[in-house]
Amino acid sequence: MSDALTSLAPAVAPRAQSAAILPLAVRDLELRFGESVVLNGVSFDLSATGCTMVMGPNGSGKSLLLKLLHGLMQPSAGQICWGDHAASHATARQALVFQKPVLLRRSVAANIDFVLKARGKDAGRRDALLDHVGLRHKAPQPARLLSGGEAQRLALARALATDPEVLFLDEPTASLDPASVLAIEAIVGEARDRGVRVIFVTHDTGQARRLADDVLFLQRGRIAEHTRAADFFPAPQSQAARDYLDGRIVV
Amino acid sequence: MADAFGLALQLVFSGDPNLHEIVLLSLRVSLTATVLACLIGLPVGALVAIARFPGRNVVLIVMNALMGLPPVVVGLLVYLHLSRSGPLGFLGLLYTPTAMIIAQTILIAPIVAALSRQVLEDLHSEYAEQFRSLCLTKLQTVQALLWDARYSLLTVGLAGFGRAVAEVGAVIIVGGNIDHLTRVMTTAIALETSKGDLALALALGIILLVIALGVNAAVQSVRMTAARQAYV
Repeated sequence: MSDALTSLAPAVAPRAQSAAILPLAVRDLELRFGESVVLNGVSFDLSATGCTMVMGPNGSGKSLLLKLLHGLMQPSAGQICWGDHAASHATARQALVFQKPVLLRRSVAANIDFVLKARGKDAGRRDALLDHVGLRHKAPQPARLLSGGEAQRLALARALATDPEVLFLDEPTASLDPASVLAIEAIVGEARDRGVRVIFVTHDTGQARRLADDVLFLQRGRIAEHTRAADFFPAPQSQAARDYLDGRIVV
Repeated sequence: MADAFGLALQLVFSGDPNLHEIVLLSLRVSLTATVLACLIGLPVGALVAIARFPGRNVVLIVMNALMGLPPVVVGLLVYLHLSRSGPLGFLGLLYTPTAMIIAQTILIAPIVAALSRQVLEDLHSEYAEQFRSLCLTKLQTVQALLWDARYSLLTVGLAGFGRAVAEVGAVIIVGGNIDHLTRVMTTAIALETSKGDLALALALGIILLVIALGVNAAVQSVRMTAARQAYV
């Protein structure tokens, strides 16, 4: 796979430069399900580049925040501004990799072909994309028989096939072995270095240290803190983040 | 009974031309009706599976209710339309295989639509978020669902074919059971039984059962192969 990483150019098209959807501004975001408030008063800004790790205990609203940012859900109140665009108008320029990859009941190659065709991309990029994630040798195999790590790499290749300007990842390495985790991180890190804005939900503190430029820490549906990674890990500002990093139970 | 059974087997294996003609017409009518019903029913099922609109529950109830359409009622409705004094009488289709195909298509299209709707809705619940993330159009979504559910939809098509090839009420009304023209297995069985010619009736019954078993076995084999590939 490392060889493939060096020959990435044909696989991934250059970044679009026009009508930017970055930076991101989120203001007073609220999400309710009936009487239950799951996100409340969430406001933050994200710069145009880098990797933001979204952290926090289970149920703090991380995955829901990602879906709101990606335009898959509508907030109950508040604003999400991708440049001058509302979230629902920026979805096509973003990609989301889910915790449990949703792969089509087709071959590995056909999973990539489907996205390239549906999004009007160059069909000739398929092999390069598979090379990029180290799955070219699995191209004719049924996608749903891949191992967990391979399936997630295929999901990542499919996301990159859309040439996203923003890449969301919702705990993509949960339940993967260390080698698979590092493989995913290498692909994500390369995308970030190439200019893709990465927003990554994780529970893995080590992973956050390896990838993060900044950390958005949520607790009980609120932003506990949003800090540069260089400051967050040695000296988190919030008690919730300190407890979390120290391994104390946070709910 | 034993004599009739023996004669029936003799008819099946002797290559009786009359028997062959009836079997081939049955297959032609029911397979054509199944293909037409799939062309109508699958897109309808897919659209209802992914669409959310006011009154959708009413549509679902009607679709499910239409699965139980009595063949004689369908036959009667088609007869009224195709008879000389009916609105489509000028086409001269009554008592032709085409009329039988029309009746069977009307009979099984709701079955294909309702069953495929359930299959595709289940698949869509798995794919929906990923597809919205990929910004697929409704058409792209429907195409992808139909393709990915293709092996499950084979079973749906089989259910439609089974209903078509086994029904007698609709084809006897619009086809008329005319020898060498519109006589199919089920109408022939009904006629020969009433005439007391149990051998031919039994021979046709055996063939009908073998066809049902053969088609089911073929579809099951395809589905098992697909399951091994994790395509189901």
